[in-house]
Amino acid sequence: MPGRGFFGETRDGADFMTNTRWYRYRDDIAPADAAFEAWGATVRDMIIASVDALTGVMVENLDGIHDQVRRTIRVEADTLEMALFRLLDELVYLKDAEGLFLRLDDAVIGDADGRVTIEADARGEPIDPSRHELNTDVKAVTIHRFAVAEENGGWKATVVADT
Amino acid sequence: MAAPNTIKKISDTVWELPVSYKPGMKVPARIYATQKLLEHMDDGVFEQVTNVATLPGIVKYSLCMPDGHWGYGFPIGGVAAVDPDTGVISPGGIGFDINCGMRLIRTGLTYDEVEPHLRKLVDRLFERVPAGVGSTGFIKMNRNEFRGLVETGARWCLEHGYAEEDDLARTENRGVVSGADASKVSAKAVERGLGQVGTLGSGNHFLEIQVVRPGNVFDPERARAFGFTFPNQVAVMLHCGSRGFGHQVATDYLHIFLEAMERKFHIRMPERELACAPFRSEEGEAYFAAMNCAINMSYVNRQVIFHRIREVFSDIFHRSPEDLGIGQVYDIAHNTAMLERHDIDGEEREVLVHRKGATRAFGPGNPGLEGIFRETGQPVILGGSMETGSYLLTGMETGGQTFFTTAHGSGRTMSRTRAKKMYNGKQVRAELENRGIYIRTASYSGLAEEVGAAYKNIDDVVEATAKSGITNPVIRFIPVGNIKG
Repeated sequence: MPGRGFFGETRDGADFMTNTRWYRYRDDIAPADAAFEAWGATVRDMIIASVDALTGVMVENLDGIHDQVRRTIRVEADTLEMALFRLLDELVYLKDAEGLFLRLDDAVIGDADGRVTIEADARGEPIDPSRHELNTDVKAVTIHRFAVAEENGGWKATVVADT
Repeated sequence: MAAPNTIKKISDTVWELPVSYKPGMKVPARIYATQKLLEHMDDGVFEQVTNVATLPGIVKYSLCMPDGHWGYGFPIGGVAAVDPDTGVISPGGIGFDINCGMRLIRTGLTYDEVEPHLRKLVDRLFERVPAGVGSTGFIKMNRNEFRGLVETGARWCLEHGYAEEDDLARTENRGVVSGADASKVSAKAVERGLGQVGTLGSGNHFLEIQVVRPGNVFDPERARAFGFTFPNQVAVMLHCGSRGFGHQVATDYLHIFLEAMERKFHIRMPERELACAPFRSEEGEAYFAAMNCAINMSYVNRQVIFHRIREVFSDIFHRSPEDLGIGQVYDIAHNTAMLERHDIDGEEREVLVHRKGATRAFGPGNPGLEGIFRETGQPVILGGSMETGSYLLTGMETGGQTFFTTAHGSGRTMSRTRAKKMYNGKQVRAELENRGIYIRTASYSGLAEEVGAAYKNIDDVVEATAKSGITNPVIRFIPVGNIKG
């Protein structure tokens, strides 16, 4: 999908795109693993796009994840970058510990005594190989090249997941 | 993709980047590869192998094996020996999939005996060995029992009827490493791993039925010693690790090390995935104890899967596993850090050897080996792609140059993303079936990612390890049935 997005950001080759979010998988970073960039017009959108890109490594049809269970996930860290890192870790944990595929409805970014907090409203359902088109499992989110930066009037995360 | 200009040829298969290549390098970096493999190595290898050379306490060289490729922290194929008294331990030098490893099983069956049952065998194995995202195993236990399991390793299998004494004798470290302390493991790690004992996982993990074709035995004496005695003998190979348990142990300690590295230990590394702590520190010792639990869990995982393989063969052939000649050849890890004694500049010293996507390869006579392996050298199992085949090799007396370490597979050359875009999993399965390789998979897109063209030529990797004197090729195996997670 070529071209420029609503906010002027470059998003050539996006694997998913709306006016406020996109993500794309990168084949030129850590080729044995799954690397992606996720962009949002706001921090909230960037977080939601990052979670979709992460879950999309594991399941092809994100739309096939039904709304059966809800989880509130709260993380905090010194920086927004590390807060996102912890949130993605938490989703990988819930995939194994509770067998859940989750997406985000919302993410509220806050401040607690100088630390960045994310309170994420997640929804999803137990993994069901008969309906979910499984891709590759994510073992962990690596910190290799992990980055969150302001870009083109929005926010972009770069993530390498160990698969 | 080109090696840096400053790389120096040491021999036909050894290449060196000097300490002047990058600020902070404490030792040179050495890459084991033929010219052809070196030319095709991705830039990440050179960047990462020289980053590893900056680790506090590293001795002799930062190494990369011939199947090396871009990883995170260490390259895949990365090896570093560290002085345990002055150096560090780094989860990035081991990987998230702690004790991801290989097991090789021989049978007393020929391909002609197996071929009529091949589909049924693969189908039944696919049912009995859960694979893919979110799969859970058949062993149910409570959290305390699981904590006991990760401390006792494969002995747990022996006590619970999932192993025979001979299996343990043919497993690296007899399937249990000492120093595993479950009190250093988080509740989250236990929660993640609890239901996963006996599961294959996904990605490049596989369970494969293979054949020893005539002409593919390179060292007949050692092949016989390992139980391969007739043409077209069937073997089973599996590749998997410590599942979510090991992944969570590594994740937990990555966070702890990221917090402590600069603030407490004043260590700065060129990249955060090389987060580390002094080995002799509270954090370092705790991680080592937790990592050892994950090493043990993985030995258990592969042992339980072997138990299932015995059951399935026995069911299909209506004969006992003993009657079918089923026996373990060896089981070996390729993502670990282990305390070993090595010759460092003429002095035998204890060092902590980090191996990430690299296999220990002790040579004949090594005091760390038992039984026939003291004579043959330690078996090394090199997993290839599902199309091209795999190898059994042995360690050599001349392996000290790499801390007795060799490659672990063929090594990726195409990204997962590109392979998935270029190949269709269902088509790959059909094409391979036409070539006599029957495949069951939990994920067709995952299958496309593992297509043979995504990997280096395993023969080139084996050639590089043999020419450099670190491993001796014994047998090449050809796949005929494959289960992919």
